[in-house]
This record gives sequence, structure tokens and C-alpha cells, in this order.
Amino acid sequence: MIETTETVLAVDRLRKVYNEGTDAAFTAIESVSFSVSRGEFVCVVGPSGAGKTTLLRAIAGLAAPSSGTVTFEGQVLHDVPAKLGLVFQDYSRSLYPWFTNGKNIALPLAARGVPKAERASRVSDALEAVGLGHVEKKYPWELSGGMQQRVAIARALSYRPELLLMDEPYASVDAQTRFDLEDLVLRVRRELGITVVLVTHDIDEAIYLGDRIVVLSGSPSTVREVVDVPLGSERSQVETRSSDEFLILRNNLLGLVMPVRP
Amino acid sequence: MSRLTASAAPAAGRDITGATAATAADTAPAGIDAGGVAVNGGNSSPPARHTPKAGRAWRRVLLAVWLPLVLLIVWWFASANSTSPFFPPLQSILTETWKQWIVQGAWVNAVASLSNLFVGYVVGGLIGIVFGSLLWRSRYLRQSANPFVYFLYVLPAPALLPASIAIFGIGSTRQIALIAFGAIWPTLLNTLDGMRGVDAVKLDTARALRLGGWRTYFTVVLRSASPQVAAGLRASLTVAIILMVVSEMIASNSGIGYFILQAQAAFAVKKMWTGIIVLAILGTVLNLIFVLVERRVLRWYYRSRALGNS
Repeated sequence: MIETTETVLAVDRLRKVYNEGTDAAFTAIESVSFSVSRGEFVCVVGPSGAGKTTLLRAIAGLAAPSSGTVTFEGQVLHDVPAKLGLVFQDYSRSLYPWFTNGKNIALPLAARGVPKAERASRVSDALEAVGLGHVEKKYPWELSGGMQQRVAIARALSYRPELLLMDEPYASVDAQTRFDLEDLVLRVRRELGITVVLVTHDIDEAIYLGDRIVVLSGSPSTVREVVDVPLGSERSQVETRSSDEFLILRNNLLGLVMPVRP
Repeated sequence: MSRLTASAAPAAGRDITGATAATAADTAPAGIDAGGVAVNGGNSSPPARHTPKAGRAWRRVLLAVWLPLVLLIVWWFASANSTSPFFPPLQSILTETWKQWIVQGAWVNAVASLSNLFVGYVVGGLIGIVFGSLLWRSRYLRQSANPFVYFLYVLPAPALLPASIAIFGIGSTRQIALIAFGAIWPTLLNTLDGMRGVDAVKLDTARALRLGGWRTYFTVVLRSASPQVAAGLRASLTVAIILMVVSEMIASNSGIGYFILQAQAAFAVKKMWTGIIVLAILGTVLNLIFVLVERRVLRWYYRSRALGNS
């Protein structure tokens, strides 16, 4: 790991109210603050309806916060920054079915002015990074769900972002595929030294993947606690998940996320 | 946004959207069938892939043509001994068609018609797509144009024939203008509808990938709406063919419509029938070409839908 504490992403008193100033006003996020250092893997967990997706959209620059700021590499966000990769939960909606996988991955490269000759090699590099062979000429809908999400990750990695933002990326795949993809993201992160923020409702997944976990309260969300995950950088699905540290963390987090008993 | 459009043309606006959606849905099932056959035949059973695929294709062709064939045969025999001047035997109509259109050179009328149709249809279709896109892009434009668009959409284009003669005079410019005018609306409304239905996640993705405005329009919005744009273009083609004939029937000196009307005026009933037959053949062929091109361009759509449903 890179031993610096340079802040890549800073979320400061972020607040999001829908339909502000009307009767239908709904506060999705009360106040959320946290920061992410370069090379760090931060998971954001919260119960269903905690405004996780709203938070992610604000962090990505897709939705403007009602108040508070999101700072990415020292710049206050107003739009999606060029050095940010975004992976949505639903790959079948975020991949473009009218393009082949190769064209899907090459799109952001073309938009960034990467010369055509270079694009093909960048595309196959990205596919290799996510453990897919040559599926450039196939269409997304010809692949299995797990493979499609790999293509979506490859597309987000193709332009070499500093920060990878993932919104429940494994919620629509089966358990086995999910483990594979979790290990894939850990490997990619290790190899590319990329910073990752992953939003999930799954506590086990957050512990297994994260260096730190931001625990959100229920709606309207605030940060309940930020938990360090001292599991080291080498993790394996079987051993890590059955280790004592893992189970203790799991109990702590369950206590934080579960509704307080009366 | 939908509320605004609806309030500008309450029931009517809903009807338009409903009708256009139905057009898209009507064209889809046939495509799903076709796609499903091709994909499953190609993927699941490689050793025996030719026979079932070819067999299914033949059955499809057979299913499509058996009724027209039966009707033609019935017409042929029922009219064989006809002495009615209005319904001559089919055999003699066909011989007359060959004589009139090939031997005596009436085909120039078909060329005149088709060239008007082609230019008018392309212009109308393009205007429909461009303005449909503009209406999608700008809510203010949509709000202010909605009553106006609806008014022009329900106006039967043939009613504008006298006015178009006054404006453009006699000649192919007037015919092209009328065809283009009629062809605009189905395409425009379907384009708008299709673009408003683009999945929000796909647009978010485009922003996240920083594709930029024009690239997002061409690679995401237009592509995503293309099945419905195609449904609109197909409806526009039908309108364009109708207007092609109608515009040739008044103040014109060439074209298939002119030919039919001339024959009728001269009591040459058999000759009139030949014009109708040529028209039917051209209409069928044009629609067939359209479907083939659509299948090719929207192959991703039909094949992905077929996979999703299987």
C-alpha cells in the first residue's frame, strides 16, 4: 500500500432533501461527512432505504447536494470528474446493448480522445484486468450476469480512474459469482493501486473488502460510526470470513446497523 | 414533464403516445420470433443447426404467403369467365399489366412516383427525427409546440392538396412537399416518445463516462430510441405511399396515381386495374425492404429481447 494520507475524496456535511420547500419534502440524507485517502478501500453500509444510492450519486457528481460539499482531489464537485469510474448495481441497465463489449469499453476512451489504434489494446488490457478473455466482439446480453458486471468494471477501469465508485455492484449476481467478483476487485485494487468506495447493504461484504467502513443510520441518514477493519491486505473468502476478528467486527457492525431495540 | 404534455392536450396527447407505443409493440413480436429462431438454432444445437433452421424459415414463409396465394387463386378462377366491364378476369388484367407497364412503357410513371416518394420520405423522416429530438431536448419547446404538433398531426394531409398547389404550383416539388409533410408526424412523435423512454441509468452512465452531449445523443439516446424511431418511420412510409398516389391524382401529369385516374376517366377499367396491381406490388416490396433493413439495423434489439425472454 502507498503509505500516504493524501485525501482523495472528502464528503463534508452532505445533505440531500428532495422536493425541498414543498409539502412533499423528503430528507434522504441528514448530514454525512467522511473522507477517503489515496489507495484506501472504503465501504459504506447502511440499512435499506438509508439513502445509499442518493449518497453515491452525490459523491459521483451526478446529483447536486442540497447543502454541504464533495471534494475530489481538491476540487469541489459539480459534475462527474474525469478521473472517476462508476459501476452501477444493474449491469443490464448500464451496459449499452446496441454495442459490443469492446465498443462499450472503448466509448469513454473515444470520448477522452484516445486514438483509435490505441483503443483496441486498452480494451483488451481492461478485459484482461477483470479476468475476461476476448469477448470484445460479443454483445453484453450474450454473456452471463457475472461476466456482464466484469465488462462494466472493465469499462470503468479502461480510462484509468483514480477512484472507483461502486453501487451495490454484486447485488444482482449469484453467491458464487459474488465471491469471485469480490476477489476480483481486491486484486484489481492491489494491482492498480486504485482508491475504491463501495456502497452495500451487506455487512459481511463490507468487512471482507474494506479497510474502513462508514456505517450509516436509517433514513434520513447520518454517519453512525466509522469502523476500521484490521484484517490486513491479504484476504481469502474461507479463512478471512471464519477468522475471529471477522466475527467480532461482524457482531459490532450488526449492533450498529440493526434498529435499536426499545 | 409528462404532466405538462398531458395538460396541453389532455386526452389526445395520451392517445398519440398510446398509438405509437402500440405500433412499436406490434412490430416487436414478429421480430422476437425471428430472432429467437436464429439465436437458439445457432447456439444450442450446433450439429443439427441447418435443417431445423431452414425448416423453420420455410414454415414462416409458407405461413406468410398461403392466404394471399389462396385468394389469388380464388380470384383467378372466380373471375375467369367474368364479362363484367368492372371486374375483368385476373388473367387478362395480368397480361394487360405486362403490356401497359413493360411493353408500352408506362413504367416511367412508376419511376416518377418512386422518385417523389423517395425524396419526400427521406426529407420528412429526417425532419421528424430532428424535430422529435429537439422536442425531447427542450421542455419549453415541447410545451409550446405540443398543441401545434397535435393539430398538424390530426390534420389529414390530403386536405392540404389545394393549398399546396397554390403554394408550390404544379410539379414534383409540390408532390414531394406533401409527401414530406405527411411523413413527418409519425416519425416525430415516435422519436419523441422513444427518447423520453430512455432508461435513466443509461443516461447516468453516459454522464459518468463523460461522453459529452453529442456523443451521448448519437451513441445512447438515438440508439436507445431506435426501435421506436423505426416504428415511426414505418408508419411514415405508409402515409408517404398514400400521399404519393393522392398527390398524383390532382393537377398532375405523371405517376401511378395519374395513370389510374386517367384510365378510369377513359373508361379503360382493365388499364385502371393494372395501375392498382403495380401499386400493390410496389407497396409490398417497399415494406419488405423496410423490414429487411430494420431487422439488420436493429438486430441487437431483437436478439437481446429474444434471449431475455427465453
